Amino acid sequence: MPILTTLIFLPLLGAIGLLCLPDSARPVFRWVTLVLCALHLALSSWLWLSFDKQLIGYQFTETFDWITLTLGQFGVISIDYALGVDGLSLPMVWLTSLVMLVGAVSSFEIKTKEKAYFSLYLLLTGTVVGCFVALDLFLFFLFFEFMLLPMYFLVGLWGGPRREYASLKFFLYTLAGSVFILLVMIALYLSAVDPAETALSVGLVKDRAMITDQVLDQVHLAISQLQVDPAQLVHTFDLRYLSDPANYVPESLLSTMAGHEIFGMSARLLAFALLFIGFAVKLPMVPLHTWLPDAHVEAPTPISVVLAGILLKIGGYGFFRIAYELFPDGAVYFAAWIAGLGVLSIVYGAFNALSQNDLKRMIAYSSVSHMGFVLLGLAALTPEGANAAIYQLFSHGILSPMLFLVAGVIYERTHDRSIDGYRGLATPMPSYAAWTAVAFFASLGLPGFSGFIGEFFSLMGAFNSTYVPVWMVVAGGFGLVLGAGYFLWTFQRVFLGKTWTMHDTSVLTDLTFREKAMLVPLGLLSLAFGILPGTLFSITEGYVMEFLKKF
Amino acid sequence: MNLAILIPLLPFLGFLINGLGFRRIPKAAVGLIGTGAVLGSFAIVLSLFSGFTGTAQVVPVYDWFTVGDFNVSFGFQIDQLSLLMMLIITGIGSLIHLYSIGYMHHDEGFGKFFAFLNLFVFFMLLLVMGSNYLVMFIGWEGVGLCSYLLIGFWNKNPEYGYAARKAFVMNRIGDLGFLIGIFLIVARFGSLEFASVFPAAAQLQTGDAGLFWITFCLFIGAMGKSAQIPLYTWLPDAMAGPTPVSALIHAATMVTAGIYMIVRSNVLYTLAPETLHIIGWVALATALLAASIGLFQNDIKKVLAYSTVSQLGYMFMGLGMGAYTSGFFHVMTHAFFKALLFLGAGSVIHAMSDEQDIRYMGGLRKKLPITFTTFLLGTIAISGIPPFAGFFSKDEILAHVYEHSPLMWGLAVFGSMMTAFYMFRLLFLTFFGEFRGTHEQEHHLHESPLTMTLPLMVLAVLSVIGGFFNVPEILGGTAKLEQFLDPIYQYARQANPEAFAGVHLDHSTEFMLMGVSVAGAVISIIAAWVIYISRKSVPAPDEQVSGLQQVIYRKYYIDELYDAVFVKPIQALSRFFYSVVDKGGIDRFGVEGVGRFVKGLANEFRLLQTGATGFYVLMMVTGIAVILVYSLRSLIFG
Repeated sequence: MPILTTLIFLPLLGAIGLLCLPDSARPVFRWVTLVLCALHLALSSWLWLSFDKQLIGYQFTETFDWITLTLGQFGVISIDYALGVDGLSLPMVWLTSLVMLVGAVSSFEIKTKEKAYFSLYLLLTGTVVGCFVALDLFLFFLFFEFMLLPMYFLVGLWGGPRREYASLKFFLYTLAGSVFILLVMIALYLSAVDPAETALSVGLVKDRAMITDQVLDQVHLAISQLQVDPAQLVHTFDLRYLSDPANYVPESLLSTMAGHEIFGMSARLLAFALLFIGFAVKLPMVPLHTWLPDAHVEAPTPISVVLAGILLKIGGYGFFRIAYELFPDGAVYFAAWIAGLGVLSIVYGAFNALSQNDLKRMIAYSSVSHMGFVLLGLAALTPEGANAAIYQLFSHGILSPMLFLVAGVIYERTHDRSIDGYRGLATPMPSYAAWTAVAFFASLGLPGFSGFIGEFFSLMGAFNSTYVPVWMVVAGGFGLVLGAGYFLWTFQRVFLGKTWTMHDTSVLTDLTFREKAMLVPLGLLSLAFGILPGTLFSITEGYVMEFLKKF
Repeated sequence: MNLAILIPLLPFLGFLINGLGFRRIPKAAVGLIGTGAVLGSFAIVLSLFSGFTGTAQVVPVYDWFTVGDFNVSFGFQIDQLSLLMMLIITGIGSLIHLYSIGYMHHDEGFGKFFAFLNLFVFFMLLLVMGSNYLVMFIGWEGVGLCSYLLIGFWNKNPEYGYAARKAFVMNRIGDLGFLIGIFLIVARFGSLEFASVFPAAAQLQTGDAGLFWITFCLFIGAMGKSAQIPLYTWLPDAMAGPTPVSALIHAATMVTAGIYMIVRSNVLYTLAPETLHIIGWVALATALLAASIGLFQNDIKKVLAYSTVSQLGYMFMGLGMGAYTSGFFHVMTHAFFKALLFLGAGSVIHAMSDEQDIRYMGGLRKKLPITFTTFLLGTIAISGIPPFAGFFSKDEILAHVYEHSPLMWGLAVFGSMMTAFYMFRLLFLTFFGEFRGTHEQEHHLHESPLTMTLPLMVLAVLSVIGGFFNVPEILGGTAKLEQFLDPIYQYARQANPEAFAGVHLDHSTEFMLMGVSVAGAVISIIAAWVIYISRKSVPAPDEQVSGLQQVIYRKYYIDELYDAVFVKPIQALSRFFYSVVDKGGIDRFGVEGVGRFVKGLANEFRLLQTGATGFYVLMMVTGIAVILVYSLRSLIFG
């Protein structure tokens, strides 16, 4: 069985399997989920180890024709089931497995409607992996949209008091973003062709096996001179073709040559901007971020873990894989603006985090702030910046679950997350205090932990960039100071001083084995990636080098 | 494997053992492991030092990472400067670990304390041993973490938690400067390795604009860590930590990291005279401000804390004159006598059942003879009385300052007079006169155990003889330290030979300078004697202090000023962003506004669906008519 398909369909089949189990099997639902997630992590660890760092391009590729439709004058539509991983998606796939496993452990606290919950949870796992490994834009979009369904229900059914508001807000926000992406998809479809399939359809070659680079060049030449009948053009959503300007029909809307304008704005720039907004909602970027704090506050702990750990990363991934790879000209054109929005997210998020009294809301705003570093690093278009952006996605994928688990620990005991509801928790709960300190210091960018590497190199990449003004780097660095401020202030208020709480102190028991089993490995991973950043850089390096050649 | 790797590794192992097992390991073993780890490192440093041939060496540990073309290796720099720092850190560190066995004996967090202390030594060693700026930065932030953990060690007291956070955040501001300095260095030199940056810098011109910004940003980092104006207010508050911490971290080692960094980067600073100029004035202002605050403080540790800030100012003053060795010499001697004074203060506090206010002490010299004797020696040393350690190092700095500007010299001497005054005030109020505490405290007074007095005695000896490491030629010495450190200025000398020409003063001037500063110190001591011994005056209770004295006692209200100018506005801004911009603006008008708009529109349109057939027919006919008119518009309107 091909590995990537397995990674997608193992959880999906698991979801269906759970639905088939009788209700009397209730106690095993969570164990089935846990075992499947553990297996998932084992498989993606194998994938990581078998990945060849020297190779450029996608590995473990799988391609099957899926949908082929002849649309007369509009040519032929070809949608493939195409999967593959490279230095960008591999870390994300592994991170997905890791976070889903942690979330599965955390889901043990779910005590209602387990069958539905765990089926949806597994469904979510499969669709998220699908997002990261899809090489066909259509397939990507399918997974991207499908993911909303389980998320909507997971927040809306198992969430807190304002769960309906939060889940609807989340759903509509992301859907609005998706509409922009969909618009660009249609434009892309009309503009780009699959040269190999087109060679077959015009009869240049008889068999797929005979296609060589020469043939492709011939096709490109024929297309560029408009010698091909539009009805014979095979349009594609394959990202590998979409990222090559030679595959765009001249005079088409998004061709680099044509220079079409829409409302007085270059069509390509507009397309980039639309994609950017679509993914910026997901990241999220200020000012498109207000769904995140609400969704986090209402979501149950494991769903917060998944939301912060993985779902936000799809936004960052989409920037790289789609917006930047397909429209490098737009990325360059808007670089300073993107960096500015990144800095805005860093500083604005940090300021907001400072004023929160709800622990989860504070952490949610810190996520907004940390994702700003991704934007800043990406906008720089330097090797340091781009590597750091991926690193920051990965590192935040380890640390934000930790932070939400920390918030979940106290919530489970008292059902109260207010920061001023506690004082001096370090005395009754010393291990809890210690691991919270690890999570907080790692998140505020203490050297030795992974957070530092991501933030340091984002700033350095931006500093060395010709696109980013120096003041932005300084302002972004100010976010580090604020970060220390809100994390330590929170720590001081909740953990230091004389023990006081308005709740019954007898419930303030220290970490359980299950809680430690989640927090300790995450803390150690952050430490490991902070001390040996080469582990990840060696994977992303090759991808970033190829990526930057476009600019 | 190179022996140097073991130097930081041993304390790190100590941290792991005590940190992971502090509830299970018996106290005796904890103390032994913690102290032994640092002592072991000290032994290795000694052997490296004695076998040192004079050529700097880089010990690679591992290739850290490569991003793009930018490679950073994790390596240790073994040369004159790092060896001396390592000697101070592990040597004084061992003594303070030993002292802590006695001092912290009754504390329930004994194991945790030793774990943190070991971790601090580990990071401090990384800081001084790192062969590039990034390793230095890791150590730099790492010691900040340990400082945070140890200041807030007694975390049940909310004030201590506040002090810990203040220290960390204020240091973070400085660290941002350091970080930008690092970025500038990478942008300029393409590397962070000392071994490639310094030779490249030596090719540049004096007054290079890029170097100004690099050195200035690095100095901002130094301001934070070494408590210079405007980032100094965290250090006095940091005295919330247990006293051995104050001695090790907030007097002898960590706070001198800024000086170390500048001495390390001497070639960059030599080529940036403007930065040196700024450093000189900032340092002088800090030295005077802190000394003046020290005059009226009544908390034994607060006096020493302000004294530390002030002495750090003197070290930076030396650096500002380009006299790196003098600045560094003062780091060494200060490490001896200030560690001694803090540990002595700890011994007093220990005996006084945790009382720190000198107004309730007095007459302790009979009950604590060893503490008294050693404290006296330390006090003489810091006051600059020959031939004690402080005299030599401070005098060297003052001579350089005089050559630079007699005005600055005058002010600096005034500062050192204040130093002598507040130190002897402290000594007299604590150890002389009548006991002013409670009966219970008096009953309890006792000399500390040997684990605590032994470090005092060793440090006292060093405070007495420490000056002889670098006796200037004028006093018949050979300036050994100067000669020993000479190779680390190789590139700076190559780039700007004039900066290293030494002091040009003639002997009579130099003797005059020494005479004035010693005389000043003696006058101060006499003044303190008259006030606190002859007249037996005791500082008034807090509420009776008024006027200028009140302003100084309240530390010129700088904390209140920072609170009003920075902390409060930032908090207000954060609340504004959340409640007005985020909730009110984006959510209420933006997101929910769109929702309301769509809903409202739908509500209006809904009314059209009346269900009455007649209405539908009417609408249909109207529609057809409109379409007809539109299609035939050319016919109708011509």
